[in-house]
Amino acid sequence: MSFDHLNPHIYLGLAAFLLAAGIWVGAAAHVYRNVHLGEFRLGCRAEFRGDEQVFSLRERVTGQVCVLFIMGIAAAEVALALGICIAVYRHYRSIGSKEVAELRG
Amino acid sequence: MSTFPALDHLVRAVFALAVLATVSGALVAVLSARIIRSVAGLALCCVGLAGLYYFLHAPFLALMEILIYVGAVCVTIVFAVMLAEPDEPPAREPRCSRLLWGAAALVCSAAAFVAIGWAVFSHPWPAPAPQPPPDTVRGIGTAFLTTHALAFELVSVVLVVGILGALVVARLGRGRG
Repeated sequence: MSFDHLNPHIYLGLAAFLLAAGIWVGAAAHVYRNVHLGEFRLGCRAEFRGDEQVFSLRERVTGQVCVLFIMGIAAAEVALALGICIAVYRHYRSIGSKEVAELRG
Repeated sequence: MSTFPALDHLVRAVFALAVLATVSGALVAVLSARIIRSVAGLALCCVGLAGLYYFLHAPFLALMEILIYVGAVCVTIVFAVMLAEPDEPPAREPRCSRLLWGAAALVCSAAAFVAIGWAVFSHPWPAPAPQPPPDTVRGIGTAFLTTHALAFELVSVVLVVGILGALVVARLGRGRG
């Protein structure tokens, strides 16, 4: 297997690695109580879908439209996350899980 | 036939750099105990992914990747870190619980990686085109207004609802503060 930019297996293997890393983070976030890394999980899944779409669809514009669709949804998630952070900070004067007891599992 | 003699080696080196940035950024984001280092790793991973999109002849996607993920997602997480007292030491669970959750996470992620990796390497996927298609951005714009107009409108609605929801949530927090 050649290591160059024309080898599709490298892209897809990389996407599989990112997805596995995202799953590990999502499942292990309970260990570290690290809620922010959940975004990484979502991002990796989106990237995996994007790479898959870019490769699997013969019509490349359709694949890129799919990736942009996913990015738009990610942007909406970011807007909501920022709103939640601001609201929690205004209410508790902190968004640390130590102070915000309601966020504890 | 390239005009520059070392062009192929240069392209291969830049591609290897993009792959290395993606993998190392992901590992830093996953394995680091401090959140700010995880954010830096995530940004590095996204920059590497943008490079990979560029190699896939999707320069518009590469720019959007940097703009949205590095410029919006990572900055938002940094804002959250700044608000959440970053010097706070991470809370630790009992060793038994940590081992249990870590092992379960490792098994799930390894199973996903092996399954997808087997599917990837056992199937002959079509190689990317050696030459970039002309007018990619124009094609995307035309597709958004013709064949994929529904996706475009759906993304617009999702963004508007997301922004309005963020405003409503932030305003509720102001009333209670």
